[in-house]
Amino acid sequence: MAKILAVDDSASMRQMVTYTLKQQGYEVTEAVDGQDALSKAKSGSFDLVITDVNMPKMDGITLVRELRGLPDLKFTPILLLTTESAPEKKQEGKQAGATGWLVKPFDPDQLVNTIKKVIR
Amino acid sequence: MSVDLSQFLQTFFEESFEGLDTMESGLLELDPEQPNSETLNNVFRAAHSIKGGAGTFGLTAVSDFTHRLETLLDRLRDGTQSVTADRVNVLLNAVDCLRGMLEAIQNEQELDADALSNAQKRLDQELAAGDGGGGASATAPATEPATPPAAPQPSAGNPSPGGGDGTSRGGWWIRFEPEPHLFATGNDPRRLFLALQDLGDLEVECDTSGLPPLSGLDPETCQLAWTLRLHAAVEESAIREVFEWVEDDALIDIRPLDAVQPEEDSVAQEPGSASASAAPAPEASAGAGSGGGDGKGVAGKGGGKGGRGGGSGSASSIRVDTEKIDALIDMVGELVITQSMLSQIGKEFTEQRLEELQDGLAQLERNTRELQENVMRIRMVPISFAYSRLPRIVHDTSRALGKTVDFQMEGEQTELDKTVMEKIIDPLVHLVRNSVDHGIEAPEERTAAGKPETGTITIEAYHKGGNIIIEISDDGRGINRDKLLGKARAAGLVEDGSELADEQIYDLIFHPGLSTHDQATEYSGRGVGMDVVKRNVRSLSGNIHVRSTHGQGTTITISLPLTLSILDGQLFRVGDQTYIIPLVSVIESLQVDASKVSRVTSRGEVYHWREGYVPIVRLHELFDTEPVRKELAGGLMVIVEDEDTYLGVFVDDLLDQQQVVIKSLEANYLQVPGIAGATILGDGTVALILDIAGLIEMSRGGRRQPYIPQQDDADEAA
Repeated sequence: MAKILAVDDSASMRQMVTYTLKQQGYEVTEAVDGQDALSKAKSGSFDLVITDVNMPKMDGITLVRELRGLPDLKFTPILLLTTESAPEKKQEGKQAGATGWLVKPFDPDQLVNTIKKVIR
Repeated sequence: MSVDLSQFLQTFFEESFEGLDTMESGLLELDPEQPNSETLNNVFRAAHSIKGGAGTFGLTAVSDFTHRLETLLDRLRDGTQSVTADRVNVLLNAVDCLRGMLEAIQNEQELDADALSNAQKRLDQELAAGDGGGGASATAPATEPATPPAAPQPSAGNPSPGGGDGTSRGGWWIRFEPEPHLFATGNDPRRLFLALQDLGDLEVECDTSGLPPLSGLDPETCQLAWTLRLHAAVEESAIREVFEWVEDDALIDIRPLDAVQPEEDSVAQEPGSASASAAPAPEASAGAGSGGGDGKGVAGKGGGKGGRGGGSGSASSIRVDTEKIDALIDMVGELVITQSMLSQIGKEFTEQRLEELQDGLAQLERNTRELQENVMRIRMVPISFAYSRLPRIVHDTSRALGKTVDFQMEGEQTELDKTVMEKIIDPLVHLVRNSVDHGIEAPEERTAAGKPETGTITIEAYHKGGNIIIEISDDGRGINRDKLLGKARAAGLVEDGSELADEQIYDLIFHPGLSTHDQATEYSGRGVGMDVVKRNVRSLSGNIHVRSTHGQGTTITISLPLTLSILDGQLFRVGDQTYIIPLVSVIESLQVDASKVSRVTSRGEVYHWREGYVPIVRLHELFDTEPVRKELAGGLMVIVEDEDTYLGVFVDDLLDQQQVVIKSLEANYLQVPGIAGATILGDGTVALILDIAGLIEMSRGGRRQPYIPQQDDADEAA
């Protein structure tokens, strides 16, 4: 089953994302900020990265840029969790190399449907 | 699929309360003259997270309110609106309101509608000030359409002909020409086509005309284009949604099939395969290297799950630094090595190996001690948690009283037991508030006394021996010794003519019903409070003392044990049983002078001690055991105290003082009146730890008689 790296500094969001994805049978690894995610991405292999934008230490946009520099993640789908109040982050994220986005707040169904767009 | 979102709420509340603390301390730190952008960012981020979570978990009122807060913070952050003291206060008020909302929701209570609308109004006023009255746009979350508007297209203006953007009964013709960098965004044409296929029958024609000669082919870029025919009566927006993420990375032209001219339809030079798997998307991501990630994954999860209290409040969970856990794992590793070494010696033991065995045992002892210390450390948290509310208290109280106070916090990283930490918060809040209210003088009074206008209050925490010491000092007016003594005399607490040491006089401030401040204020109590502070500290087996110099300031020192699971005990014997009294309760031990024993009707035996009478408790009667000695005269008695009530415990023999690990009697046996718990001594026997408060209750038939200290009542340890 596909392996997903879920990055969010909010524990409740991580729990929700992880729980939902695990229910779908995905294998999920959690990371608490960009730095954590980057080091986990370096030591593991993932079919998808789904990351929050606004995080301490390293934000989601920078994370995307860094991940795209890793040979293993050059073409891996990376989804950004953006918010209604910051739509400009979508474009910023795309320029950094993000595949797509999911706008917060979202419900578990929206999450699963979005994931299915990139993992078939 | 159904996911019950309520299961994540507990975590959401916990992290939101933490976020609110971050916001509060950040806001208090903000200097309107020179706002620190990093601080503002942190405050903003906390608000942003709360809003996101609240939206996700369906707490609309919270997310709407937080949106206003976030908007104002965003403007302060990008400089559109300036940071002012008033604005900071509005934000602090909003933080309080938000905390109240979350607490109400968590406890399933009614929201405080007045506080909410008031805080909201104040936020809206600030927002309106920022956009010159047109603040309406900021007061409601900007709603974003679920799908992006269909209009803006990178392709040459090509509004779908044939009746706007409705449904096309005959299906759709789609031209898709990705930019070369498409793959580098992780997008894969194949997935897009599969998504289209979900909508209906799809014909795919691949256009390879853009391909360079093989020698110049870069497999990491996309040189292909496609023409698609979707035979489905769907809305154009459904197709746009599929291409939503690649709008900017490709030319996308969508037209109703029946409106497409034949020449336009034959862009493709070669007949493409109808299968949707034509795209040569690199499969680098699907690589099979499956190791590695797992171990790290578990570590990451610790942080996430740590915050979850199994539904019964937040008291049951604790966050532990991975560093501490790693240290434990190291130590267990060493223990295993020692164990295998010992078992090896045991298997082939000869007398020559005795020294080796002793070394091994010494090592085992060291391992055990280290392991014990480190397991204890898991429960230890930095006192900064308890500090976090204090700056706000000082800010609010000093503002309300028109005083200026410089508040310093030191030793934030000093660690103490989580339970102790939680229980010391209220006393600290009370003491700090008291310092602002009663300690620090009004600016004019300070100037008159030749002091700087701004008062200083310092809270400091540090470790000393097995205790944590917390000191709160101010450079205020100090305690008026004579006035306090006069009050105590007037209240009949101290006999006229008796002399008290300074320390004892200052300790009177902890007596119920004494306050030196003539006018009670809203901010500190009416003489109630200090006694409660003392009681709380004592309930944690701690001590509290006051030092003061009139006109120069007051220092209150609290000493607390680092943990509640270990206590310093006085061991003693009755019959063949060993018992323990918490050392903090022991006042003195003495040899019984028969002439001082009397019998009082309804109160049993009492002992004349320090101008008063204390009831005598014979443990062997209470616990029904056989003592060595029944005759009081010449025997030993330990005077113990709990909340200013005293008791003489008659014992056979006094033993050592030592640290003991408290084991719950209730969990292992059942609750016994007069017994607080048990411990296992070095020789393996069980010793019971006395519950002094319980003993006093029992000896008084459930009622407590206050013992009034008269003289020479300093806490002399036994």
